[in-house]
Amino acid sequence: MRAGGPWAEAIRQGLIWGGVAVFLAMVGMVDTFAERQIVAGVISLGLLLLVLTALGVGYQVARRAGGPVAAVLLRGALAGAVAGVLVAALVWVASVVNLRAMFVSATPRLFALLSFGRGPAGTHLILLGWALGGLVGAAAALLGGAWRRPLFAGLTWVLVVGLFQEVVQLVLARTRAGSAVQMLLFSTEGLLPRGALIIFALAAGGSALWAWSHPATRRWSEALPSSRQRALRALSLTLIILLVLLVPVAAGPFLSQVFVLVGVFALLGLGLNVVVGFAGLLDLGYVAFFAIGAYTMGLLTSTGQHGIAGMSFWAAIPVTMAASLVAGVILGIPVLRIRGDYLAIVTLGFGEIIRLLVLSDALRPWLGGSQGVLSIPKPAIGGFEFRGPEQLYYIVVAGCLLVIFVATRLRDSRLGRAWMAVREDEDVAEAMGINLVNVKLLAFAIGAAFGGLSGAIFAVMIGSVFPHSFQLLISINVLALIIVGGMGSIPGVVVGSLFLVGLPELFREFAEYRFLVYGAALVVMMQLRPEGLLPAAIVRRELHAAEEPVAPPLPAEPAEVRPASDG
Amino acid sequence: MPRGWLQRISIVDLYLWAFRLVVLFVLIYGTVGTVRAARYGPDVWMDLLVFGLSQGSIYALIALGYTMVYGILRMINFAHSEVFMSGAYVGYYVAAAFGRSGYLDRNPLVSLLVVLAVAMTTSAVVALLVERIAYRPLRGAPRLVPLITAIGASFFLQYTFRGFFGSGFQAYPEAAVLRGKLVVAGIPMLRTQAVVIVASVVMLLVLYLFVMRTRTGTAMRAVSEDMEAAALMGIDVDRVIAITFFVGGAMAGAAGLLYALVFKQVHFFMGFIPGIKAFTAAVLGGIGNIPGAMLGGVFLGLFESVGPILVLDGLGIVAPYQLRDVIAFTMLVMVLIFRPSGILGERLAAKKA
Repeated sequence: MRAGGPWAEAIRQGLIWGGVAVFLAMVGMVDTFAERQIVAGVISLGLLLLVLTALGVGYQVARRAGGPVAAVLLRGALAGAVAGVLVAALVWVASVVNLRAMFVSATPRLFALLSFGRGPAGTHLILLGWALGGLVGAAAALLGGAWRRPLFAGLTWVLVVGLFQEVVQLVLARTRAGSAVQMLLFSTEGLLPRGALIIFALAAGGSALWAWSHPATRRWSEALPSSRQRALRALSLTLIILLVLLVPVAAGPFLSQVFVLVGVFALLGLGLNVVVGFAGLLDLGYVAFFAIGAYTMGLLTSTGQHGIAGMSFWAAIPVTMAASLVAGVILGIPVLRIRGDYLAIVTLGFGEIIRLLVLSDALRPWLGGSQGVLSIPKPAIGGFEFRGPEQLYYIVVAGCLLVIFVATRLRDSRLGRAWMAVREDEDVAEAMGINLVNVKLLAFAIGAAFGGLSGAIFAVMIGSVFPHSFQLLISINVLALIIVGGMGSIPGVVVGSLFLVGLPELFREFAEYRFLVYGAALVVMMQLRPEGLLPAAIVRRELHAAEEPVAPPLPAEPAEVRPASDG
Repeated sequence: MPRGWLQRISIVDLYLWAFRLVVLFVLIYGTVGTVRAARYGPDVWMDLLVFGLSQGSIYALIALGYTMVYGILRMINFAHSEVFMSGAYVGYYVAAAFGRSGYLDRNPLVSLLVVLAVAMTTSAVVALLVERIAYRPLRGAPRLVPLITAIGASFFLQYTFRGFFGSGFQAYPEAAVLRGKLVVAGIPMLRTQAVVIVASVVMLLVLYLFVMRTRTGTAMRAVSEDMEAAALMGIDVDRVIAITFFVGGAMAGAAGLLYALVFKQVHFFMGFIPGIKAFTAAVLGGIGNIPGAMLGGVFLGLFESVGPILVLDGLGIVAPYQLRDVIAFTMLVMVLIFRPSGILGERLAAKKA
C-alpha cells in the first residue's frame, strides 16, 4: 500500500482513470464508437466506454482497500468524482478554446456526449454521473462471487450480442426459426431493450446454473471409470470438430471470410510461436516468410503474365513450403550468433529488405513491382472448386490442424526440449551438449515453412499478391496475438488470433484503433500478465517463480470444495 | 596452428565468409562500373554529399537517444522513433500558428527557436512518460519483456498521434529565410541543409559537454558503467535514468524539427524509418558510445545518400534511388552480424549483445 492511506489512493486512482477517460475521448474512440448502438436508443458503445471507465475506477478502488462498506462506497464515489473533474475540465476547455484546430476528434458531438448535451453548464451532471459510476463500481466489487459472476456474465453477453448484432442477425436470418428469434430481439434500429433483457436473463441464469451444477457434474465425470471418461472426452472432441466443420454452413460467406483470415493469422502465429515461443528468438521480420510463401504460390500458379509454371495449388503447396524453409535457413544462418535485441532488429531489417526489393522497379519484370502478381486460380479437387471463403475455410482449417499437430509433437519432442533449453539460457544449453546451430536453424526453418504455408493460402484467398500486404505491421500483429494468447502456448495462438484478428474484422469502427489497442495490450500484458491469457504451463511457472511460495504446507483437514454457491 | 584454425572453421563461418565476399564484390563491381561510366559530374556528387551530411547529422541526433539508453539499461528503446515523431508533430502546430499569423516571416529566428523549444520539450516529456509508465516497472524482468513492451509502446504512441491529429500528412510551413541556396566555402547547398548541419553540430557539442563536464553527466556515465556500484556511491539511479531519457528525448525532438524543415511535412508514421536508421547509426558507432553515435550517423547519412548511385547504378539496376532504404537496412544487418561492436569497436562483448 502506498503512503497516504486509502483516501489518497482513491484520489490517485481517480486521476489516473480520469486521465484514461480524457485520453479515450481525445483519441477519438468515444466519438467513433458512439455510432455503434449497443442497445438501440439506450446506450452506444462510446457512452459505454465512459460508463465502463467510471465503473472501473470504483471497482479498482474498492479492490485496493477494504474497510467498512460505507467507507468503501464513499471512496468509490470520491474516485469517480475526481475522474469526473478531469472530464468536466476537458469540456470546459473545449468550450473556451477551439480544440478542433488541433485534435481531429474534438467534435461537438463528443462534448455533447461527455456533458449530457449541456456543455460547461452540465458540470454538476458530469460530476454526479461519474461519482455514481464510481459508487456502483465499488458496490460491484463488494458483491460476493455468487452474485457478481452471473451479473458480469449477463452484462458481457448483452455487450457481445450488441457489439456484433449485425453478424448475429446475419446468422439468425439464415434459418426460419432464427428469423423468429431475430424479430424478438432486434428491430431495424438494432438490439431492442426487450432483447437485451432476455439475453441478460439467459446468460445470468446460465452462469448461475453452471456455477451450481459444475462441481456436481465434475464429481460425476471424475467418478466414472477411466474407459468411460476417455469415451466422454472423445465425444466432446468429436462434437467440437463437428462444430468447427459446420461453421461455414451456419455462418455464411461474410463470417467465413473472417474465419479464413483468422485461420491465416493463426497459421502465422503458430509458425512464429515456434521461433519466439519455443526457441525464444524474437523475430520481427517474420512477415518475410509470409511474403515468400505468397509470392512463390503466386508465381507458380498464376495464369497471368508473371506466372512461371502454371502448377496447381496442390502441387505448389509443397514447393512453397520448401521455398520458405530454405529462405528460413538462408536468413537464419547469418543471425545465428546474434542474441536478444539485436536479433529482433536484424530480422526486422531482413523483413523490410524483402518488402522493399519486391516493391522496387529493379525486380518488376519478375515480381510485378507494386502491381503485384495477378490472377492466381482457386484450388480445385476434381470438379470441386474452392471458390469462395466458405470453401477456402476448409483448406485453412486443414492447414491449421496439420500445423497444430506438428507443432504439438515438436514441442513434446527432444527438439522441443532443446528449444526450451535454448530459450532459458543459451550458454547452459550449449554446455549441455545442444547443438545451437542445428537447433536454432530448425526453429527458423520450421517457423518459416509454417509462415510460407500461411502466405500460400493468403495468396489463393486474395487471388493476387501485392507488396503492400507485407508490411511490418503484419509481424507486429502476429507478435501481438502470440503475446496476448500466451507465448509458447498453442491454444493461446488460436484464441489470440480469434480476438486480435477476428474482432477487428467484425467490428469495423474498431479497425482504426486496432494498433493502438495492440500496442496498449503489449505494454499492459507485459506488466500485469506476461504469460498471456492462455499460458503454456512452463512459461507461467518461470515468470511467477518468485511469487510462488515454496510448497505450501498441506492443510490438515481435507481440502474443501469451493464454498457452496447457493445464493 | 593453421590446422587448429582449419578444424575450428564451420559451415556457418564459410557461409558468413561467402556472404562477406558477395557484398564486397557487389560493392566494388558497382563502384567501378559507376566510376568508369562517369555519368555524373562533380556537382552531382557534391549535392549528394551535402544532402548526406545534413541527413546524417539528423540521424546522429536521434541516435544519441538510442545509445544513451542502451548504455544504461541495455535495452533498445523502440519507442524512440515515436519520441522523435512527437516533437516534430507538436512543433508543427506551433510553427503552423506562426506561419498563419505571418510571425514566422517577420521574425524567423525567434519563431524557429520557440518551435525548437516546443519540439524538444514535447519529445523529452514523451520519453519521460514512456520510461515512467512502461519501462520502470520492468527493471530486472527477463530480456524479452522490456523489448516487447518497447514495441508495444511504439505502436501505442504512433496510433495515439493518429487518433489525436488525424492520419493525413501535414505540410510544415516554410520560413522565407530558409528558401533558396547559399554557397559556403565554394560548396553550394540549400539553406535548410546549412541550418540543419550547424544546428546539429551545436547540439551535439552541448550534449558532449553536458555528459563529460557536468556532475549529472558524470553520474550518467557512472550508471552506465556499473549500475549497482553507482547506486552504492549514492547516485539516485532512477533519477539518472529519467534524465537520460529526458536528454535523449530532447535531442530527438530537435532532430524532429530539423527533419521537418528538410522534408516539410509530418505524419504519424514518420518516425519509423529515421528511427531504424538512427539505430543503425548508433550500432555503427558502437552502441553506448556517444561520439560513436555522432560518427555513425554522419557515416550512414553519407553512405545512403551516395551509395545508391555509386554502387547500384554501376550494376545497371533500374531506379537505384528506390533502394536507398535497402542500402541502409543492408548496412544495419551487416554491422549487426559482422561487427556488433561498431566501427569504433569499444568495449562490448557477448554479455551485452
